Amino acid sequence: MSEDGASRLSRPVGDDDHQHGPADAPVTLVEYGDYECPYCGAAHPIVQAIQKEMGDRLRFVFRNFPLTQIHPHAAGAAEAAEAAGDQNAFWPYHDHLFEHQYALSPRDLAGYAGEFNLDAARFERALESHEFEERVRADFMSGVRSGVNGTPTFFINGVRHDDSYDYEVLLAALNEAKS
Amino acid sequence: MSDPNNTTPDDGVALLPAGTPAPDFTLKQTPDSDLSLSDLRGKPAILVFYPADWSSVCGDQLALYNEVLPEFERLGAQIVGISVDSRWCHKAYVEARNLRFPLLADFHPKGAVGKAYGAYDESKGTESRSLFVIDADGVIRWSYRSPNSVNPGANGILEALERLPVKS
Repeated sequence: MSEDGASRLSRPVGDDDHQHGPADAPVTLVEYGDYECPYCGAAHPIVQAIQKEMGDRLRFVFRNFPLTQIHPHAAGAAEAAEAAGDQNAFWPYHDHLFEHQYALSPRDLAGYAGEFNLDAARFERALESHEFEERVRADFMSGVRSGVNGTPTFFINGVRHDDSYDYEVLLAALNEAKS
Repeated sequence: MSDPNNTTPDDGVALLPAGTPAPDFTLKQTPDSDLSLSDLRGKPAILVFYPADWSSVCGDQLALYNEVLPEFERLGAQIVGISVDSRWCHKAYVEARNLRFPLLADFHPKGAVGKAYGAYDESKGTESRSLFVIDADGVIRWSYRSPNSVNPGANGILEALERLPVKS
């Protein structure tokens, strides 16, 4: 926590992050989320609508924050999204997971990889060997050290957004950060 | 700020501050077993006083600590949750949420341990949402109270553990 009491991102947005939108956009929105969390599922179309509304004025970044003990499929889903990202399909796969939150079994995750024409053998190897487990955990710990205490948690230009993530409230906060 | 850790709530009861020896206690850990603070001596301990079992899931403080547990363990610390809920309630809650650390029942006499730590909210009849980091010798090194509706997260605990002197 900083002098003014606001929680800030402990790990700045970097090249390793999944980013959507221009790197020099005036506003960066970072979400810490869990693919099996219903609140994150509810936030997903709001984020999409905001991306549409703001266009090139917004860069969106997603980091994993799976609560694995209460959401049994969350860790697998997060690793699968990373495996899809490794094949340059992070965002479509990410969207698909949030649109199919209640079907995140290993078989479902492999099926979605097929729908996006990913290299199935490579995808399954990554999941079986937990190739991206460490990356997911690193995202999680960066969230813990930034004051993330549940999901979803948003940061606007590096400062935690403690207000509601309703469309109007979040959009107003983003526009305010821009000016 | 004179009170950066929110240690004084409206009712004027302050949390025991850093430097105070942690009062020992013995509470029910499961329906058939007890746990004493002195059992944890020799390693840092984290005490988490919280208002009640069965709060909402995704923003739940204990669910978060359950996930951060490997990091607490890496720092050599043990964590226990304490509320006025009964041991039977804790048992059901631990099972429902897969909690991998003990919850202690400050049930009878109600809130006695919370009161000893300044972490009992008389007006609500529950523990206030309060954190303590206790060193291996049983001395409080950090205490923090959060508004009941605000999950304080884990970063303050991790920072306090990292500030503890390394034992040779």
